[in-house]
Amino acid sequence: MAENVTPRVRVPRDATVGEVVSVRTLISHQMESGQRRGSDGELIPRSIINRFTCEFNGTSVVDVTIEPSVSTNPYFQFDATVNESGTFAFTWYDDDGSVYTDSAEITVA
Amino acid sequence: MTQTRRQFVGHGLAVAAAFFGLPHLASAAQVEEALNAFTGGADMADDGITLIAPEIAENGNTVPIEVSAPGAEAIMLLAAGNPQADVCTFNFGPAAGSSAASTRIRLAGEQEVIAIARMPDGSFKQARQNVRVTIGGCGG
Repeated sequence: MAENVTPRVRVPRDATVGEVVSVRTLISHQMESGQRRGSDGELIPRSIINRFTCEFNGTSVVDVTIEPSVSTNPYFQFDATVNESGTFAFTWYDDDGSVYTDSAEITVA
Repeated sequence: MTQTRRQFVGHGLAVAAAFFGLPHLASAAQVEEALNAFTGGADMADDGITLIAPEIAENGNTVPIEVSAPGAEAIMLLAAGNPQADVCTFNFGPAAGSSAASTRIRLAGEQEVIAIARMPDGSFKQARQNVRVTIGGCGG
């Protein structure tokens, strides 16, 4: 079971119209690959975040399909074009059905 | 069917390897399958996509990877030598500022990392880079 899952996002506080801003996200998650064996010799069941999405004012920025080969504490960096002030909404989908969300405001002048 | 001693020993070793060996690594067929699922078997150009990966990664548990393919609508990453070849697929939406992304991935050992970009016109581009790994990142 995923514990202490904390999302962290970094987005510039303000930008100019049409600027391409860099977005960085990190979420603490053990990303158990399903390949490792525990001390009892049994395979530890897979438990990963399998999808990550980022939207800006309801428009998709990026939608990532994630497999077990992504490292512990999945980190993603990507670019977004901002034409107006608004909110970035970040969503992570866990194998166990949990959904983690975070958001960030940006002021566009 | 009679077995020679040599065959018997060979079989024994194969069975032992299956039980105690490393986690099963992705076969070439699996990589091919993942590629076909993404591209539908289309030809891939070798330019217009950049894959930045370290030549030598000290720790296979977190290898920084950067990929960019201007204009692409989706980029898939594959690690040919991992137990499961798929790594992740980026689908860029209308608000994306560029078709580029960075992440950190696991690599089981020295292997080729493959990035394939799907362009809006239905064509594909690929880039490959070999990464040497000092400590593998898939347990086992």
